Amino acid sequence: MKVNVKFFASMRDRVGRSDDRVELAESATVADLWKAVSKEALPENTLIAVNMEYTDIAHALRDGDEVAFFPPVTGG
Amino acid sequence: MKVVVQESEFDPWKEVADYQERYLPKGRHGGTVVFVGTMRDFNEGIEGISSMYLDHYPGMTERHLERVVNDAMQQWEVMDAFVVHRVGEVRPDDAIVLVAVWSRHRSMAFDACRFIINDLKHRAPFWKRETTPDGTRWVSGNTTDHGTK
Repeated sequence: MKVNVKFFASMRDRVGRSDDRVELAESATVADLWKAVSKEALPENTLIAVNMEYTDIAHALRDGDEVAFFPPVTGG
Repeated sequence: MKVVVQESEFDPWKEVADYQERYLPKGRHGGTVVFVGTMRDFNEGIEGISSMYLDHYPGMTERHLERVVNDAMQQWEVMDAFVVHRVGEVRPDDAIVLVAVWSRHRSMAFDACRFIINDLKHRAPFWKRETTPDGTRWVSGNTTDHGTK
């Protein structure tokens, strides 16, 4: 399956790109996706969204999902 | 209810007046609570912050804000609510965020407004990158509202 990945703010700087499209094995999770996009460990406070809904690293992915990695938010 | 995420500058007081004139029925609301967040030229011990870039997640940001405003409107019997948030380049003294809430009684409007701005600060996908005299830096965390949990 293929998923679309987005990186925001300091996470974009860390991985050196704002988006990506990644091929993964069926039944892959967000954790598997992170391993495919970076050799570094996922920073502890990273927030994860799948299809624009907050979730966690164990979330099982589906073909066509949009996954976002970003640091704690600082709006307002 | 309306949520706007925009790059252009806005005058929060004019926005509130215009929204009220356009959408609120006359003589029905008893209280309006307005929060306006403004850019400072200092943060976390650093003075002379000349500008700030506000990043966001188009689509998720709007969806998240609409959900939290709807939640607040149901929880506190709010009559109407209006949120505006800047993105892109902002400068000191610019309004960054506006949260306006109308209700029959003041307590509902105060509670709902505080709920919306606190959720926005802790959950809505926005990120600030400041330009300081020493270069640029991503702001690592928001200030805590000591009045609430």
